[in-house]
Amino acid sequence: MADSHAKNHDYHLVNPSPWPFVGAVAAFIMAVGAVRWMHGANPIVAIIGLVGVLYTMFMWWRDVIREGDEGDHTPVVQLHLRYGMLLFIASEVMFFVAWFWAFFDVSLFPDDPLQASRTAVTGGQWPPVHIQVFDPWHLPLLNTLILLTSGTTVTWAHHALLKNDRQGLKWGLAATIALGLLFTAVQAYEYTHAHFAFSRELANVPPEQQGNIYGSTFFMATGFHGFHVIVGTIFLIVCLFRAMAGHFKPEGHFGFEAAAWYWHFVDVVWLFLFACIYVWGSAGVDFSAGH
Amino acid sequence: MTAVAVAEAHDHPHGIRRWFLSTNHKDIGTLYLIFAIVGGLVGGLLSIGMRLELQEPGMQYFADGHGFNVFVTGHGLIMVFFMIMPSLFGGFGNWMVPLMIGAPDMAFPRLNNVSFWLLPAALSLLVISLFVEGPPGGLGAGIGWTAYPPNSTTGHPGPAVDFAILSLHLAGASSILSSINFITTIFNMRAPGMTLHKMPLFVWSILLTAFLLLLSLPVLAGAITMLLTDRNFGTSFFVPGAGGDPILFQHLFWFFGHPEVYIIILPGFGIVSQVISTFSRKPVFGYLGMAYAMVAIGVVGFIVWAHHMYTVGLDVDTQAYFVAATMIIAVPTGVKIFSWIATMWGGSIEFKTPMLFAIGFIFLFTVGGVTGVVLSNAGVDRSLHDTYYVVAHFHYTMSIGALFTLFAGWYYWFPKITGYMYSEFIGKVHFWLSFIGVNMTFFPQHFSGLAGMPRRYVDYPDAFAGWNLVSSLGSYLTAIGTVIFFVGMALAFARKQKAGDNPWGAGATTLEWSLSSPPPFHSYETLPRIK
Repeated sequence: MADSHAKNHDYHLVNPSPWPFVGAVAAFIMAVGAVRWMHGANPIVAIIGLVGVLYTMFMWWRDVIREGDEGDHTPVVQLHLRYGMLLFIASEVMFFVAWFWAFFDVSLFPDDPLQASRTAVTGGQWPPVHIQVFDPWHLPLLNTLILLTSGTTVTWAHHALLKNDRQGLKWGLAATIALGLLFTAVQAYEYTHAHFAFSRELANVPPEQQGNIYGSTFFMATGFHGFHVIVGTIFLIVCLFRAMAGHFKPEGHFGFEAAAWYWHFVDVVWLFLFACIYVWGSAGVDFSAGH
Repeated sequence: MTAVAVAEAHDHPHGIRRWFLSTNHKDIGTLYLIFAIVGGLVGGLLSIGMRLELQEPGMQYFADGHGFNVFVTGHGLIMVFFMIMPSLFGGFGNWMVPLMIGAPDMAFPRLNNVSFWLLPAALSLLVISLFVEGPPGGLGAGIGWTAYPPNSTTGHPGPAVDFAILSLHLAGASSILSSINFITTIFNMRAPGMTLHKMPLFVWSILLTAFLLLLSLPVLAGAITMLLTDRNFGTSFFVPGAGGDPILFQHLFWFFGHPEVYIIILPGFGIVSQVISTFSRKPVFGYLGMAYAMVAIGVVGFIVWAHHMYTVGLDVDTQAYFVAATMIIAVPTGVKIFSWIATMWGGSIEFKTPMLFAIGFIFLFTVGGVTGVVLSNAGVDRSLHDTYYVVAHFHYTMSIGALFTLFAGWYYWFPKITGYMYSEFIGKVHFWLSFIGVNMTFFPQHFSGLAGMPRRYVDYPDAFAGWNLVSSLGSYLTAIGTVIFFVGMALAFARKQKAGDNPWGAGATTLEWSLSSPPPFHSYETLPRIK
């Protein structure tokens, strides 16, 4: 082409965008507000920042979807998006490594002679004495089955999409979302029935009922997983709305695939949590007496 | 879109659109470099403050040890997260990776901009932390860049540490996003014919740095989140009385922290390889060995973290493992040092300013590497841990070593980035003042450390006075060198002496030298082909 400005490649040169700058400012406001909130002030500043971050995410991804509609997502750009999502999930996996590390740091060595004060808390065993853990084969098993089933329903939606079966796509997504919400509900129910505490600074509670390292590792590991389930559910809800608006084609539907990948990642993290914290972490406990 | 519409849509933005809403890798790279200069000035002034205090025994300027600790903390965090990383990885990485692989921009140009803008947000949070309460009655976080509990938890109940933690969260998010961007760009956007094994070593170094960031930073994010919840929400991760373990934080921190020191130095390795090759007019010696030495350093860098923790009570077998694993890193590092020397061997060497800084780096890094092998011995470390010997060691490697690669890259690419030539004379004055200054600052600290002077103290016994005076004088000399650097830059911009496309001649073979100086807004409208 004679025009020297013409681009002779398939890469996507994105136009200038306000969202990165707006998002960074909102993140700053949210951080300042969070510190104020944690130190006794009201949460208004943090909420303003959070709304700004959510607004940025909405507008940013709206722009991405529009660019995709305008044909900017050539095959190589779709490949970029795949790499980007996989690498993001890899970083998320490493985030969970930290929480598993904290769990195994104490559960593998509850009787370390060098850490006498820890042994005093755990009684030299895992789960610690005085901790009445969840029976893994009750609600946790149910939640495992719920998430595994949701992995099949999202695959149902994907296959329906590939065959251009729009109803199947919507029903598959709706079923996955319902299972995700069910998981969150069961998890919330389980949390409210825990016989161990999260915080070691509870008011009007005797020392042996204060939270200790068991509650910290349990609630933070399963809690961050639960947060990721909620994020994944929102991602799938967005996909359902997009499916109802006629988005996604059999030959191009990366937004859906990214949500499915993320969902499978959340599923796999749960399997590790279930196997390590619930099953292995309660080995030797006799649940036959019931609760 | 039609070709004309594309041309209009991608026309040269100006003003706010160009600098705040940018999606251009060169403009964002420039923003990173400017930001790093600001960070470097603040971090540098903090270090001069410390050297003023330590110039002689007794309390000179600080009212108490906490104020000094705040300076130590600010200096460390700012230099690592807001000076070295934004310049070597963010600045030169953004500027040069797309140019060197023949790509028109990064894979995710908009994500690139948020990676940058999160950094001023993070730095602002850190600056705020200086002015709010940390320990009861004291301002700022005096927790060191390592932020060990319980000093960072019960020792600092005020909000200063929370600001510092969230600052690290934002800086970490910035680096994770830019790492995703670099890896995707380097894997998917190399020009036709540029296989991985033909890629310039600087691009290799950025690729490996990105992987280290991607896999290590989330672990730090987890660790400082645990700090945050221990501080504010009653969790027990680092509280021994509730079954927690302060050593857990050290493990998590150094699982990130050790890869982090390679994150700092690997891009510098890449720059030095380009510079040495250019000014020796020879291809780099043992190209593949150089690339895979960096791979080896990156991989082994993940499994040596506990050599920072020999004194915490690790059992002796664990210590033995970490000694052995740590010493192994000297092998790929040696491959690099000797390959740089072999590149110069028989070359047609020109001692231009970038080359001086690169050779200066080889000297500094060799000194720091040798003391690193000394420190890797758990037995020897028992007496040297947390002394000035360690301070000298890591400043020779990741501080002044990295800084010299930064200046090598700066002088090397300044003509390409700005289109102007700098004054070779002033550049050389800057180099010699810096080289003498940093050695005068840090070499005596080996002696202070061997004599037993501990780190992170505002005062010291009279016995350590002599070498501390030398060290302080050296830091002032380095500061004068930095002033000369800015004079040289101001002169370069004032004189506007055109650099030409390739001021370095036949030795500069990478793709960026095939473009004009400064390069066009979208470097390659048509992708170059590599034979």
